[in-house]
Amino acid sequence: MTLWLHLLALGLLATLAGALWRVWRGPSQADRMMAAQLVGTGGVGVLIVLAALQDWALLVVALALALLSALAAVGFVKTQTPDGAGDPEEQSARDGGRYAPAASQKDAAT
Amino acid sequence: MSLALDLALCALILGVSLAAVAGAGVFRAVIFFITYGLFVAIGWARLGAYDVALAEAAIGAGLTGVLLLTAQGRLRRVQADRTERPGAPLPAALAGGAVTLALAWAWFVLPVPEAPDVAQALPQSGAGNPVTAVLLNFRAWDTLLESIVLLAALLGVWMLARDADWDAPLGPRYHARPSGVLAYFGRVLPPIGLIFGVYLVWAGTETVGGAFQGGTVLAGVVLVAMMAQVLPPPRASKRLLRAALVLGPGVFLLSGLAAAALGGSFLSLSAALAKPAILIIEAALTVSIAVTLALLVIGPAEAPEPAP
Amino acid sequence: MIADLATYAFTALGLVFFAAGTVGLIRFPDTFSRLHALTKADNLGLGFIALGIAFQAGTLAQLVTLALIWALALLAAGAVAQLVARAALTTSQEEE
Repeated sequence: MTLWLHLLALGLLATLAGALWRVWRGPSQADRMMAAQLVGTGGVGVLIVLAALQDWALLVVALALALLSALAAVGFVKTQTPDGAGDPEEQSARDGGRYAPAASQKDAAT
Repeated sequence: MSLALDLALCALILGVSLAAVAGAGVFRAVIFFITYGLFVAIGWARLGAYDVALAEAAIGAGLTGVLLLTAQGRLRRVQADRTERPGAPLPAALAGGAVTLALAWAWFVLPVPEAPDVAQALPQSGAGNPVTAVLLNFRAWDTLLESIVLLAALLGVWMLARDADWDAPLGPRYHARPSGVLAYFGRVLPPIGLIFGVYLVWAGTETVGGAFQGGTVLAGVVLVAMMAQVLPPPRASKRLLRAALVLGPGVFLLSGLAAAALGGSFLSLSAALAKPAILIIEAALTVSIAVTLALLVIGPAEAPEPAP
Repeated sequence: MIADLATYAFTALGLVFFAAGTVGLIRFPDTFSRLHALTKADNLGLGFIALGIAFQAGTLAQLVTLALIWALALLAAGAVAQLVARAALTTSQEEE
């Protein structure tokens, strides 16, 4: 079992390395952010495996990571709105949900 | 096998840190820095330093990410994010190499200091977690000063506000679609984070956790609630807010003075009172750390941007 | 013994889903299909890994923590995927 858990953790790290390639490559900021999100989820997975391997106390670390994993992405979507403090769904609602970058750039903070 | 795992982890940490400093583009560097925090947290976990892993996961992968991404977004909006190619990487590389060499020298050459055995003194400390015992009892001076440093950092950030904006709410005016995904998320996550943060502080005296880790988790969910427009942005002039900021250092300082008045020395904890004293100090510190960290991330007071 | 077999099977499946998510993230042609690939795959991957590890757990508290970790990851991934997709839709695809 110990050998398998080591292999599992190694395999997870390998898939994360693949996701890092997408962070490097982009091209859009959303691509990089989502790849980082995958790395975060994978990190939670690695910590769960390490918990079984080393010490179950590590589950608390995994829990903290899972709880705060969305924080950076929420900060990111804020910066993607015209005033840097909004919600992408507000703009979509205004455009009727269609892809209209020109319009959405103009009508800013309300 | 466990060596292969550690080597892979080291390679990832080095690769990610190299990608963060070597690549062009601020945004990419920020994202790599976020993943760097994550891998370093896993590294601390491999080393058995679970309290540090917890702090690194909460700070590095959580709070710093928001801080840097927000800063990058602001730079982009004022078109200041296009820097010229970073000139002369050679001095920086040399300085980094010199620091590495100095650390390696210290590691291999300096004698290991003869530290008193923490495990032996643990029963008298009032905490079962050796990290908490060191932070709140044996080296309480350091922790007290650190909590004051955090407060000083926040004052420094607040001083960046324009005079005219001083009474304005702190940070950007976050808004979200009232029934949208973000608002929903901002309502569901904070209660869970609140329970988990309090658990970390409570359990931290005996097992993994502590005031700093708990406070960081609380700061994280407070930020989510603010960004989802569930919590209104506070004003620096509010008395309750200021009380929350000085509660931790204040209680810590007072308990240290009380110990001196009761016949001990400053910040000494008698074995009988240590456990309740540590819990009270940690609870007060948690409140201050949570509020301070959240306010550090949202930034100084600013008047609303004029409508275009 | 059975518990160990369950751990092997479920964690292997979890690893397969993580690998699939990464392959999708690397190979798919545009932002939205990449988003789709990885949000499905990594949630299932983490779920199966947590399920597999749960067979090694000794106490109820560990089981509950594992379940909570997966629930939080699902909540975060669902909200984030929706928001990032919206953000990518409304801002023109800037390259950096």
